[in-house]
Amino acid sequence: MTEKRRITAAQMKAGQSGWVVEVGKGRGMRRVEAMGLRSGKRITKVSGMFGRGPVTIQIEGTQLALGFGMAQKIIVEVT
Amino acid sequence: MKILLVGNPNVGKSAFFSRLTGVRVIASNYPGTTVGFTKGYLKLGDEAAEIIDVPGTYTLEPTCKAEEVACEMLPEGDLVINVLDATNLERNLFLTLQLMEKGIPMIVALNIWDDTKHRGIHIDAEKLEELLEVPVIPTVAVSGEGMKEAVAHISQAKIPSVPARTHSEIWAEVGRIVEQVQTVTHRHHTWRERLGDASIQPLTGIPIAAAILLASFTIIRLIGEGLIGYVSEPLVEKLWQPLMMDLSGAMGGSGFWHDVVVGELIDGELDMVESFGMLTTGLFIPFGAVLPYVIAFYLVLGFLEDLGYLPRMAVLIDNLLHRMGIHGYSIIPTLLGMGCNVPGILATRILESRRERFIVATLISIAVPCAALQAMVIGLVGDEGIQYVSIVYATLIVVWIVLGLILNRIVKGFTPELLIEIPPYHLPPVRIMASKLWMRTIGFLREAIPVLLAGIFVITVLYALNVFEHIADFAAPVVSGLFGLPEAATDALIIGFLRKDMAIGMLGGLDLTAHQLVVGSVVLAMFFPCIASFVVLGRELGLKGLLGSIIVMLVATVVVGSLLNLIMQAA
Repeated sequence: MTEKRRITAAQMKAGQSGWVVEVGKGRGMRRVEAMGLRSGKRITKVSGMFGRGPVTIQIEGTQLALGFGMAQKIIVEVT
Repeated sequence: MKILLVGNPNVGKSAFFSRLTGVRVIASNYPGTTVGFTKGYLKLGDEAAEIIDVPGTYTLEPTCKAEEVACEMLPEGDLVINVLDATNLERNLFLTLQLMEKGIPMIVALNIWDDTKHRGIHIDAEKLEELLEVPVIPTVAVSGEGMKEAVAHISQAKIPSVPARTHSEIWAEVGRIVEQVQTVTHRHHTWRERLGDASIQPLTGIPIAAAILLASFTIIRLIGEGLIGYVSEPLVEKLWQPLMMDLSGAMGGSGFWHDVVVGELIDGELDMVESFGMLTTGLFIPFGAVLPYVIAFYLVLGFLEDLGYLPRMAVLIDNLLHRMGIHGYSIIPTLLGMGCNVPGILATRILESRRERFIVATLISIAVPCAALQAMVIGLVGDEGIQYVSIVYATLIVVWIVLGLILNRIVKGFTPELLIEIPPYHLPPVRIMASKLWMRTIGFLREAIPVLLAGIFVITVLYALNVFEHIADFAAPVVSGLFGLPEAATDALIIGFLRKDMAIGMLGGLDLTAHQLVVGSVVLAMFFPCIASFVVLGRELGLKGLLGSIIVMLVATVVVGSLLNLIMQAA
């Protein structure tokens, strides 16, 4: 039995998957949800640019690239 | 009757529009291609229905300029065709359910239907129709599949009867619908997906980007030079030159009108580059020397666009661009500006904030040389050696970055974070690429030819009235003192406002040293954009923005020209 941890999408490693448990509030975050990144979704991190660059996330058939600050507001449960 | 095409960004609305109306529009494989709206007509029985291609939006609460346009247009529609990306059903249905609350008759097109099979997605379209209670038609707009059926169903559009719901209620409903109509089977990653992921990861992505850029420039030069060497130069030499010589003879070989129409004779011959007649230089430069590069450039850019590469590049470069007060997506208008500044500046509309649009448009007009300018610079400085051409390019890149860093500090406002959808890679169909290339080439000719011909006419008249001497006296200290150029170059720089190409031709006639040519080219590239881009800059930024942009331009040109002169002299 592996332990469940909560981290932000910014902290995930490339290739790591997890369940979104919370999408924080703030500028642009409503748009993030409208683009399909919502609580309860399973996501996989595709890549993160070095130096707090944008984070790319796969949700079902879609890939979204979002700013590092936005990725920090997305809480993910990983095992 | 007004029919609106509404849907998420990058679901193929523009291709759909083209199929319905026969109107050619530029469609690309990245979100936000359509920012304004495009109109066309479709014959429905005896009536011509107006079709409007609405910019893509994720929700009906606008979050950017393009979405604002979309939401404002909605009440004007008599009917909505909601275009969905069938491979992203869940996300697309959110907008569908929001649209259903608006009380407008609608039908749903499940576009990109062909891709669902490759991706292991099965959608029960009939069941979806039953649940939504409006007609649902699978379509492939790019190939035309299902389009007849879609048109046939327009008359069966229904006004959905649904109560107003909150976001979470809509998402819950979307979830219920998707569960009933869609099954996804697992399948392996395709090579396209692997390549897609590799080109967005820093370790593999940056070398891929470098290789793509290098390959692009090589191909552009090969095609451009090939077209000039094998098409435009032989045509001019064999056909046009003799004709012009006859005309010159018929007009007496000299005189005011002779010089305006065919230009001055150089050693008894007409020179297509240096004679400056409306029918010689005025036609040869845009058609013979610049058009080949414009065609080559837009061909390569069009391929990268439709492949879906540009948003990945935006992600890779976002970090740097954020320090310049703009975000990664700004790379798209900037690249477009390398063909012609006008469409580049227009494309800044895909950016969200006014501040970003000001910074990007200003940077394009100052530090991004258009194809015409690049062709001229290569022609002028290239004779001295490729290293001097490289200095011109390197200087402009440094100016672009440094100016961006400075503008980020002085321009008020904020820059939103990057948030874009990364489209899957697609091999672009030749028909679509050809149509896009054709439209962009025609667009360039429409913008460039009148400006060039008007410019040469105005300049000839101003010359006769000695207007340039007065301005030249005033500007000469800067030109000779700071830039280290002969005073005679002042005319060339001022004429550059109307005609960059002619200005470069004039610099070429001054016997400048390689160093002076480099400084002259950089100053000319940075100094006022051509009239056409100047007008667009004013239209996009407003008078205040335009004035701000001009001040930045003047200061930057003087500073960079002087510095470059000092550095080149010291070296």
